[in-house]
Formats: sequence, C-alpha cells, structure tokens
Amino acid sequence: MEKFVTHTGSGVPLRRSNVDTDQIIPAVYLKRVTRNGFEDGLFSAWRSDPEFVLNKQEFKSGTVLVAGPEFGTGSSREHAVWALQNYGFKAVISSRFADIFRGNSLKGGLLTVILPQSAVEALWVAIEGNPATAITVDLESRTVTYHDVTVAFELDDYTRWRLMEGLDDIGLTLKHTDSIDSFEAKRPSYKPKTLPIRI
Amino acid sequence: MGKTLAEKIWEDHIVRSAAGEPDLLYIDLQLIHEVTSAQAFDGLRLAGRQVRRPDLTIATEDHNTPTIDILKPIADPVSKLQIDTLRNNAKEFGIRIHSLGDADQGVVHVVGPQLGITQPGMTIVCGDSHTSTHGAFGAIAFGIGTSEVEHVLATQTLPSSRPKTMAINVEGTLKTGVTAKDIILAIIAQIGTGGGQGYIIEYRGSAIRELSMEGRMTVCNMSIEAGARAGLIAPDQKTFDYIKGKPHAPEDFAAAQSYWETLFTDADAQFDREITLNADELEPFVTWGTNPGQGLPLNASVPNPAEIKDSEERGAAERALQYMGLEAGTPLKKIAIDTVFLGSCTNGRIEDLRAAASVLEGKKISPTLRMLVVPGSERVRQQAMKEGLDKVFIDAGAEWRNAGCSMCLGMNPDQLAVGERSASTSNRNFEGRQGKGGRTHLVSPLVAAATAIRGTLSSPADL
Ligand code: SF4
Repeated sequence: MEKFVTHTGSGVPLRRSNVDTDQIIPAVYLKRVTRNGFEDGLFSAWRSDPEFVLNKQEFKSGTVLVAGPEFGTGSSREHAVWALQNYGFKAVISSRFADIFRGNSLKGGLLTVILPQSAVEALWVAIEGNPATAITVDLESRTVTYHDVTVAFELDDYTRWRLMEGLDDIGLTLKHTDSIDSFEAKRPSYKPKTLPIRI
Repeated sequence: MGKTLAEKIWEDHIVRSAAGEPDLLYIDLQLIHEVTSAQAFDGLRLAGRQVRRPDLTIATEDHNTPTIDILKPIADPVSKLQIDTLRNNAKEFGIRIHSLGDADQGVVHVVGPQLGITQPGMTIVCGDSHTSTHGAFGAIAFGIGTSEVEHVLATQTLPSSRPKTMAINVEGTLKTGVTAKDIILAIIAQIGTGGGQGYIIEYRGSAIRELSMEGRMTVCNMSIEAGARAGLIAPDQKTFDYIKGKPHAPEDFAAAQSYWETLFTDADAQFDREITLNADELEPFVTWGTNPGQGLPLNASVPNPAEIKDSEERGAAERALQYMGLEAGTPLKKIAIDTVFLGSCTNGRIEDLRAAASVLEGKKISPTLRMLVVPGSERVRQQAMKEGLDKVFIDAGAEWRNAGCSMCLGMNPDQLAVGERSASTSNRNFEGRQGKGGRTHLVSPLVAAATAIRGTLSSPADL
C-alpha cells in the first residue's frame, strides 16, 4: 500500500446524502478480476447527466471528494474504493461514512475524513465559489486546510500509523502467528469444518 | 456486570488484544463468492501465501450466474472469466466449491445455514454485506471487503475494533399477514440507514422469539440496511432443532449444545443503546424511496417532502420521488408494478416460496406484469419442486428460475429496464440496484404475491 502522509488537491462537491456503493459503482461493473480499470464505472448512472458535478470542466481535476452524510452505505464491494482511487481521488470527506466502506478505504489507502456537517457545508461553499481552492488533507496533524480555514479530524493512532507507513495488514498479523497457533490449539472440536465434505 | 451475547462471542474469539490496536479476531468460517474474491486470491499469489484453513472456507457461485440455461457456457465473456477464476482459485488453494448445477449451489447466505455450517457462537465473514444473515443463529457474522477476504484467507483472523451493542426489542404478536420482512423494514424506517452504524444489533423480544429460523434470517439479513456491523439473535431450541440433522451438524451435538446454551445476554448486561417496537401495531411495510429507510405501512400514501423537517432528509425524499416517478399523496396501493421479484438471501428460502405460493395458488398474475421466482439455492428449488410449488408459480404465470442472486443486484441478465418498477423481496431499493433506471419497492413475499395478482402494491388482505 502507498504511504499517505499529506495530500493537497482541489475538491469536488457532491451534494448528496446516502451515496450508496451501487451509485459509486453499479454491479454490472464488478465483473473484472483485477484491481484497476474501475474508473469508468464510477458514478456511472449519474455521469450520463451532463450537469453531474464530475462532468463539469472546473471539477475534472479534483482529487478530494466532499460528499453528504452516509457516504458508502450498502454493499461491501471494495470495488467502490478502487473506482474512486482509479479515477484519481485521494481522499473523501463526509460527516458520516458507512462502516464497511470506511474500513475498506482505510485498508486500501483512500483516506476517508469525517468532518462535522457544518464544516462539510462550508467546504462545499468554498469549492463552489472557487473550484481551484487548494485543499490539504494532512494525516500528520490530522487536519483539513483550505484558504485560511483549518479543521481538525479524528483518526485513531493505529490506523494513522498504518497509513503513514503504508503497512500491509497481513504482514502485521503474520508476526503474531504464534498467537494464532495457540488459539487454534484450544478451539473446541465441535466447531464445524467445511472439509471433508459431508452430505 | 453481565455481558451481552455479542460481547461473549467477541471475547471468545480474541486471539490477541493490545492497547490502542484493534482486537485480532479468530474467524470460524469464511464464505467466498465470485465477485469479491478474485483480487484476494491474486494478492495471496503475489505474496506467495497459502490459505491457512481451507477447511474453514467454502465457495459458491451466485452473484453473477445465469438463472436460465445454467449448464450452457456463460454467454458474457467477462462474467464467464469471473466464474472460471473462482473455480480455478478454489482448485489451486484446495477450497470446497459448489458450482452451478451442484445441489449445494446458491446464494452464499442460503447455502451456509442449509449445510449446517452456520452455528451459534461462531464468527463468520464473507465479502458480502448480507453476511449478517447468519446472525440469526447467534453468531457474529459480518461483511468484509476484498482486502479483508485476503487477510482471512491468509491468517484466519481479522483485526477488528469492537463494535458497540444495541438491543432492538420487538414485543407483542404480529397480526396475520405481517412478517419478519415487515419487522425489519419498520425498524429501518424508524432508526434510519445510519441508525445502526458502529453497532452489533441484538434482536430480542417475544415477536422475535416467535419467528421461525428463516424469519430470523430475514431480520438479521437487513441489519446492514440500518448501517449495523452485524445483527444477531440468541439461539434457542428452534435454533438447535434447525441445525440437528443438517450435513455439518456437530457430531458431538450435546457438547456443542451445552456451549450454545450459554449464549445469551446476561440479565444485568448493559447495551449502549436500546430501542423497543410494538409488534401488535405493525402492518405490511413497503418502501417508496431509494434507500431502505424510506418505508411506510402499505396503507399509507407517498409522503410529501415539504412536510419533512430535516433538510437533508427532505432533499433526499425529493430526489427519491423524482427518481421513483411518484407523486406525493398517492396511496401506495395505487402504485402499478411491472415486475415482481421473489428471491434473494432476504426472502428466497423455502418458507418464503411457500408463503408466496399460498397466495398464488389457483390464481393468475396480472397480465400487466411479469413475475420472476428465483429460489435462494438449488436445494430450495428442489424442495419447492417436491412440494409442487413450481407448478403453482408456473400455473399462475410466473417464471420459475434457477438459484442465484439474480435481480437482487442485476449483475446477470436479470435486470429491470429504464423506468421499470418492481416489487421485490430483496433488500436494497437503491437507484439502479436492479438495473439502470429501474425503480424498486421492497416488500415481503406475501405482498409480492398479492401485488403480482392485483398489479398494484397489495397485501393478501386486499384480494
Ligand atoms: S441475494 Fe442480493 S443481497 Fe443477497 S448475496 Fe446476493 S446480491 Fe447480495
């Protein structure tokens, strides 16, 4: 995973709540067996509308998506994170994220930042006023900065450390193989197994 | 102080905990399907890693499989590659797979319980958010992303931070014609799509205890639609009886059951949040909007956004009505339907098919619509045929299909056309969920069947 320390880019205001993962990327785009190439499915239904924010010239180069509450509800598809990343987004800001989407994003290095709804609205106004507004999402200081505004956000130390170091979770867990071994040794024998197959 | 059911199960699975870090949780079972696993297996290969416990892993094909001509080669080459990739990965890593045509193929959350590998006190994961279904057995079961699928394949564990606990008490007795689906739709309408965020919900109360195992699965299935990490129900005699005799029921049943009997929330345990619902007052429920929280009793009318106080919700309602092509004030029962979909991991089990068939028996579906009946699994399909339910559906004019997710997510060719309106027993009414431009009303199997007959949203009482 790529390290995430700080990112500065322009924003895309997505004034919608409950943006579910079927909107972020519809099921028909989930057939690929790779982790890339999902950008064409991103918000595909909405992108057929010329008025949709991503179709506007001034927002084409945005890398920070600023969305309404309950972003990423619905299915567990990590393709939603890949689609946002493949398209070029580095961070998503919202006042509330669905749990699974947030977990997926933080595993994959797409920084999801929770700000109060009032701060999100202020950011929308700033971006709409000047689409070139530079937004800095800084993990070191856990702040979002634009113009002369700085807003702090929370992220637990462990996740922050993992993101800043770009660490692979599996590698970290495998350091504790001994603990897994001893846990397994004590598992009750009545716990079900899928093999051998019983019919 | 006592512990909640979820806390007990969680603590029984902690491999390692350290201050400031998520708990490392042991996973008793991982279910795999074609859509969210390919990239995980690729990751393993790239890192030269093995699957730690193939014997705690099982795969099936469901999301992207056809429901007609299942033994012919899949026409869409991209879909075919996805299925082939799963088959090859299962072979390479020694994982049990139930492919199209196999008696145990079907929607992953229907297959687990029917094999008896879903049992109380387990931790169960799958790259699918409706994994919460398995919570009906008193298990902590939740959906994960592909990176986590890879993590569990490699280590059989998952670093997870402990969710908060919420109790939803449903007390009282359901009226005739009101089902598990109506309970969960009513709950989501009350607490909202984000109401369960960060929580494991425990469903309790007399109305929940009265539900069959299948009804309990329907309730737990849609926990995710309330934003919850998982949903569960304390196991009881019904749970034990359901598992007994299933292929993977424990050999030492007594030992297992004596553990299962410890799985309940202690009387003095504290939940972080509690909600109570009166089952006596519930009516058949249906959604009118584009998220599962936008639901109302079937007797109500399409709401007027102008009357919604919260500006965020008002905006969402306005957008939803526009997308759904609905006018505020229209009685829900006047809404004409084009397609009825009976199926999915929410309502594609045998009891659901029986319920719908009991309404359709000897009747015809309205000539203004089509009805698709897609059993949740091949076993459900066979059982239904044994009982002659296929005949009831076919005679009524419905299409009788093979098992899979089908129109629940519109990934295979079973999709709504632009502007087409469905009454669907599935779990998501998101924009375009069942096909680009399609409009979905979530309903119970009983409402689906009555709607099929009348052509507009209806309950059996309207017949
Ligand atoms: S039936 Fe629908 S909700 Fe269930 S696993 Fe399949 S796609 Fe997901």
